Amino acid sequence: MTTTKPKTVHSPIFTDGAEFRISTFKLLKQDGSLYKGGKAPDISKEKALRIYRAMVTTRILDERMLAAQRQGRLSFYMQCTGEEAAVIGSAAALDDSDMIMAQYREQGALAYRGFTIDEFMNQLFGNNKDYGKGRQMPVHYGSKKLYYMTISSPLATQIPQATGYAYGQKLAGEGHCTLVYFGEGAASEGDFHAALNMAAVHRVPVIFFCRNNGYAISTPASEQFAADGVAPRAYGYKMDVIRVDGNDVLAVYQATEKARQMAVEENRPVLIEAMTYRLAAHSSSDDPSGYRSKDEEAIWREKDPILRTQHWLKSHGWWSDNEEKELQERLRREVLETMKQAQKRPPPALETLITDVYKEVPPALNAQFEKLKAHIRRHPDAYPKSANDPAITGKPVSTQKGEA
Amino acid sequence: MAKMNMLQAINNALDTAMAANERVLCFGEDVGIFGGVFRATSNLQQKYGKSRCFNTPLVEQGIIGFANGLAAQGSVPVAEIQFADYIFPAFDQIVNETAKFRYRSGNLFDVGGLTIRAPYGGGIAGGLYHSQSPEAYFAHTPGLKVVVPRNPHQAKGLLLAAIHDPDPVLFFEPKRLYRASVGEVPEEEYQLPLGKAEVLKEGTDVTVLGWGAQMEVIEHAVEMAEKDGISCEVIDLRSILPWDVDTVAESVLKTGRLVITHEAPLTGGFAGEIAATIQERCFLYLESPIARVAGLDTPFPLVLEKEHFPNLLKVYEAICDSVEF
Repeated sequence: MTTTKPKTVHSPIFTDGAEFRISTFKLLKQDGSLYKGGKAPDISKEKALRIYRAMVTTRILDERMLAAQRQGRLSFYMQCTGEEAAVIGSAAALDDSDMIMAQYREQGALAYRGFTIDEFMNQLFGNNKDYGKGRQMPVHYGSKKLYYMTISSPLATQIPQATGYAYGQKLAGEGHCTLVYFGEGAASEGDFHAALNMAAVHRVPVIFFCRNNGYAISTPASEQFAADGVAPRAYGYKMDVIRVDGNDVLAVYQATEKARQMAVEENRPVLIEAMTYRLAAHSSSDDPSGYRSKDEEAIWREKDPILRTQHWLKSHGWWSDNEEKELQERLRREVLETMKQAQKRPPPALETLITDVYKEVPPALNAQFEKLKAHIRRHPDAYPKSANDPAITGKPVSTQKGEA
Repeated sequence: MAKMNMLQAINNALDTAMAANERVLCFGEDVGIFGGVFRATSNLQQKYGKSRCFNTPLVEQGIIGFANGLAAQGSVPVAEIQFADYIFPAFDQIVNETAKFRYRSGNLFDVGGLTIRAPYGGGIAGGLYHSQSPEAYFAHTPGLKVVVPRNPHQAKGLLLAAIHDPDPVLFFEPKRLYRASVGEVPEEEYQLPLGKAEVLKEGTDVTVLGWGAQMEVIEHAVEMAEKDGISCEVIDLRSILPWDVDTVAESVLKTGRLVITHEAPLTGGFAGEIAATIQERCFLYLESPIARVAGLDTPFPLVLEKEHFPNLLKVYEAICDSVEF
């Protein structure tokens, strides 16, 4: 804690915070070379390729699944397109058992941690292998084994939860932290302010990672805040902050690596603002042509984070056009085949309607369920998803396998 | 008269109110140039300017706190919460502020000009957080009015009444019917009464009561029941708070039976309040227990939405059970 003595003045002098103008940390140019004076973080070839493969996986998954939504196979989808470096670069700088609390556009972090295409698909189709038991809309992933908290649609609720989770990690003393993702729109919610203040007061090992992608659905950042982005707010809470080029995987990685060190070793919470762009629509329900221009999108397409990373890999001789072609073909094939399988799997058991509301199903809910089952038996044709469920037919229940 | 869907009728009501009174303002997340995620506020910014129709930052408690202040100042804010599921950050502003502004100041100040619009309800593959029906939470709060329209004509008339009403009104719009419900709507200004239920169909054997999107479910269930020779009286409650006890009681005194349906979970749902009041008023006339057809006591699911939903078959069976009791 600094102990600068407050200065007294004798005329009404206001300050507008202009002195807090924050610079942007960049390492990697679009052509894959480093900025002069920039030093790349120490990343092994193996790790660099793990990052890159997760980026390409995310991009291809997003392309295919949006197409699947357009074909009517899927009710809803959200793409991470354009933000892969911000999400995957930050996840890669963590320990794999640090906690991640995401908003909903961070499937790249899960892909990096090793969530399989099959696991993605089971959630997207809400089938009987979906860990979330078909209860949530597509893209609301979660994985206990990969330390990835299940997504909740309400915005910003995860931010103070991250502060609390990380406080628990601090008490546990195992050297872990929590990284929480959110957008610049969600940062307007009261939960954001509560989270940062509590983290600073209680010296919590949490990294607040803001994906400033320019838009909250249709609302541009210029209508979200009058200030210079989200970063300056950290000063108000006495928190360390860095702004980074979100399309620069090396800068994101290095900033997060350093932030993690501060969080875990010194219990200093950190705010990272990654400047990027939501190249896709907000979701499959949205059409950006109503609120932004194709020209604006084109400018950001030029800054594609995956191509930038690819150029960097090639400059090291770690990647070739052949390998790229092979990876893309393999992923497209895998996504397609896995999708077909996932789509064919049956829906979750009827019983999942009433389980997990509480640890044990309360008697009143059980009674409602008995009534529902009798009703479905009287009208099996009206309930094609559950008419053949063991709870209706009386045949034995097949158990769900796999570690979530 | 013009043919409109419910969104067009709501947009038309807002347009009508803004044209008639320059103190009427519309704001919320994405309501500006984009016209809202459902386009209920389309063209209002273009027509009335950015100072009267605008995007807010993404903060529901801020939107309603801001709206409370505006209403206290004498403006007529119509605040949009993008989904009723996202109203809860504003719960404190609504329950502790909006609802108690007049009472706590001894009528020195009020926020009577405030209307809060929010799409509610399921049946759109929205899962936990795009399907909820939170009317009962707010019905437990004296000082609020809670209104739910069932079709475009009702939506325009009730929304204009809500905007003009001297008390704050929560206006829950059945989003499942936004585009599905189409009907004739007068182009000029008109208001429908708040706090008054409407008897949609007279009958003698059983009263079937609901509001909002459930009225469509009731309509189909009643068609089935009438084929079995059951004469149903159908009532749209329209206002949840204050609610029209007299119209419902009068009907039940005649039919002796009552089936109430809502999408929200059974326990603590508003049907419970209606059932308690009606058994007080009609005890000796009741020929069967008052039946409730509601969502299960669980969060709203996704894949098994149909099983969870108080659909027409469930309402139909409840009607039959009530008559055959």
